[in-house]
Amino acid sequence: MISELRDAFLDVEAMIVTFPLLWQGLLFSARVWILIVPLGILLGLVLGINAASPSWPARIAGLGVIDFFRCFPPLVLLIVVVYALPFLGVRLDPFVSAVLALALTGGAYFGEIFRGAIRSVPRGQWEGAAALGLRRQQVLRLVVLPQALRQVVGPVLGNSLELMKATAICSAVALPDLLRNAQTAQGIVFKPAPLVLAAAIYLAIFLPIVWLVSRYEPKPGRAFEAARRGD
Amino acid sequence: MEQIAHYYFNLELMRQSLPLMLEGLGVTVSISALVIAFGIAAAYGLTIARAVGGRVLAATVVAFIDVFRALPALVVIVVLYFSLPYVDLPISPFWTTVLALSCIMAAYGGEALWTGVAAVPSGQFDAARSLGLRRWPLMRHVVLPQATRLALPMMTNRAIAVTKGTALGSVIAVPELMSQGLSIQSITGSPSLLTLATVLYLGIFAPMVALSRVIERRLEVKA
Repeated sequence: MISELRDAFLDVEAMIVTFPLLWQGLLFSARVWILIVPLGILLGLVLGINAASPSWPARIAGLGVIDFFRCFPPLVLLIVVVYALPFLGVRLDPFVSAVLALALTGGAYFGEIFRGAIRSVPRGQWEGAAALGLRRQQVLRLVVLPQALRQVVGPVLGNSLELMKATAICSAVALPDLLRNAQTAQGIVFKPAPLVLAAAIYLAIFLPIVWLVSRYEPKPGRAFEAARRGD
Repeated sequence: MEQIAHYYFNLELMRQSLPLMLEGLGVTVSISALVIAFGIAAAYGLTIARAVGGRVLAATVVAFIDVFRALPALVVIVVLYFSLPYVDLPISPFWTTVLALSCIMAAYGGEALWTGVAAVPSGQFDAARSLGLRRWPLMRHVVLPQATRLALPMMTNRAIAVTKGTALGSVIAVPELMSQGLSIQSITGSPSLLTLATVLYLGIFAPMVALSRVIERRLEVKA
């Protein structure tokens, strides 16, 4: 029983044979990651600044876009872009479609993070800067954003991780990412060993990021430790 | 313009497939409800184990939480789906999806609750000890109620995210909303069903997103 399981899940030979295929998939995923994280952050910054704006048309537009894209599962958005847009005559390269769909979802969540951060800067900072004769653009760029951006490191890292993880949905529209190629490999060797290897690769990349994100989360203090030990 | 209406808003086709789509919606809602119920229950289990258990148990809980925060949901679903037959566990795609998403909900919920535990003021622990509260009553009556309130916004966000993850079930042929829309689309060649699926998703999530805005505003007023 144990040896059968080992043969199915941890067959090293099957892993070695299919590794080149998985490596190709990893490179594809990595290309998507490198594009969508900066694109998402940039889009999020634009959306967040608008959503936190005191002028109502900008605010409605920013919030509207953020909430619209927060309403759909990323997979649904990807499927609409890939399968439904061609009927409009918009035939995007599948890679471009995936980047577009993921950057839009990611951008909405980044936008929400930036909006919260900008709004958390006290109003006195805006008024003080305006009293010094700075124009709105300058107030935002020189006074508000530097203070707002300092607090978003943790959430932005966390959302970048979520966005990178979401790229696995590329496999569902037949894009050759790590997960897709692992499934193909699984079909070649008829055992789940390549999937186990793919999961291990995902863990090797994402676990360090999880730990990094955790460093920005509060931990219970000494009093809690004492209380739980002092039975 | 007429062509767009014909392709994307073929009302006749939408009307015909509405029963199937509503069945899909039912599956989506059932998976979501099960995942939220199991996931949150497990999140409390993890938090209690982490707080009152020994060092080994706490480390195991942390490992579980970190692994399920690191793996993409779709990877968990696909690996489970293709692996379970090898260990003689014949569970359906429906329950595979419920299991995978519940583990993820539990991991994120556990982390949210732990952040809540961390935010309980330290004086309360000293006070509880001076009252002679043991570990379990301390958790049950002092720590968890406050941690729950603090973790609530994060838990709600996570619950929305996990509910969106149900669409991933379409990859392993769970007959939920997305896969119903896709299969009818592939038979008829019309994207109208994708439009309908999109509208139905909007029907589920728009109220949730709106609700999260309301909660946010309430908390803001108090602060």
